[in-house]
Amino acid sequence: MPPEPVTPFEQQLVEHRGYLLKFARLQLRNESWAEDAVSETIVAALAKPQSFGQRSQLKTWLIGILKHKVIDIFRHNARTVVLETDSDMSHANDALDALVFKTNGHFAQAPSDWGNPEQDLQSQQFFAVLEACTDKMPAAMGRVFLMREWLELSSDDICKELGLSATNLYVTLHRARLRLRECLELNWFGTGPDSP
Amino acid sequence: MKPFMPTCKEAAALLIANEDRLISLSDRVRVRLHLMACKTCPNFERQLLTMRSALRQWRNDKPD
Repeated sequence: MPPEPVTPFEQQLVEHRGYLLKFARLQLRNESWAEDAVSETIVAALAKPQSFGQRSQLKTWLIGILKHKVIDIFRHNARTVVLETDSDMSHANDALDALVFKTNGHFAQAPSDWGNPEQDLQSQQFFAVLEACTDKMPAAMGRVFLMREWLELSSDDICKELGLSATNLYVTLHRARLRLRECLELNWFGTGPDSP
Repeated sequence: MKPFMPTCKEAAALLIANEDRLISLSDRVRVRLHLMACKTCPNFERQLLTMRSALRQWRNDKPD
C-alpha cells in the first residue's frame, strides 16, 4: 500500500496526478507508458520539493517535467511508434481525402464560416471536444500530431526522434489536421446534418 | 507540369503544409492567387487559423 501523503507538497502532487495522466494518455496512447511517465514525473518532483505561489505555476513545472519524461519514452520506443505509423498510413487513410474533396479537386462540402472564434476559445466544452477529436485519431497519428502541438517539437526533431521520413511525417500531420477540422466542424461548429 | 492555379484540394494541402513546414515561394503565390479567386477556400484558411489559436491556447492553458 502506498504511504499516505504527508506534506502539503505531496498532497498537491497527488491532486495533479489526474491532470498529468490525461495529457500523458493523449500523447502516448499507451496506458502503461502513460502511468510510467506520470510516476516518473512525480518521483522527479518529490526529489526537489519546492513551493509555488500559485497553483498554475506548480502545474506548469510538472507539465515541463512530464514532457521530458514523455520524450524519453518515445526515444526508447521509437521503433514501435514508427512501425505503427507505417501501418496507420497503409490503412484506408485516403478515404478522408475522398470524403472531403470531389474528384475534380473541389470541396465536397464547402467549409463553413466558423465565425468569431473568441467565444469558442472561452468555452471549456470546446476544449473537451478538441481533446475528444484528438483522442479519436489512430494512435500513431495522434502521437505524431501531439508531438507537434503539445510537445511543440519541430518537424525535423520529430523525424529524428522517431526515425521517420519527412514525407511520412508530413502526410501524417496533413491527415491529422484534416481530420481535426472535420471533427470540429461536425461536433462543435455544427454544420453537420444534425445542426439546427 | 502542374497547372499554375491549384485546385481547392491542392490549395488546402498547401495551407495545411504551411502549419508544419516552409512552403516554397511559388507555392505561396499559387495559394494566394487561388484564395483570391475561390469562394470556398478563404473559410478553410480561417478555420486553420482558428485551429492554430485553439491548439495554442489548449497547450498553454492551465484549466482546473
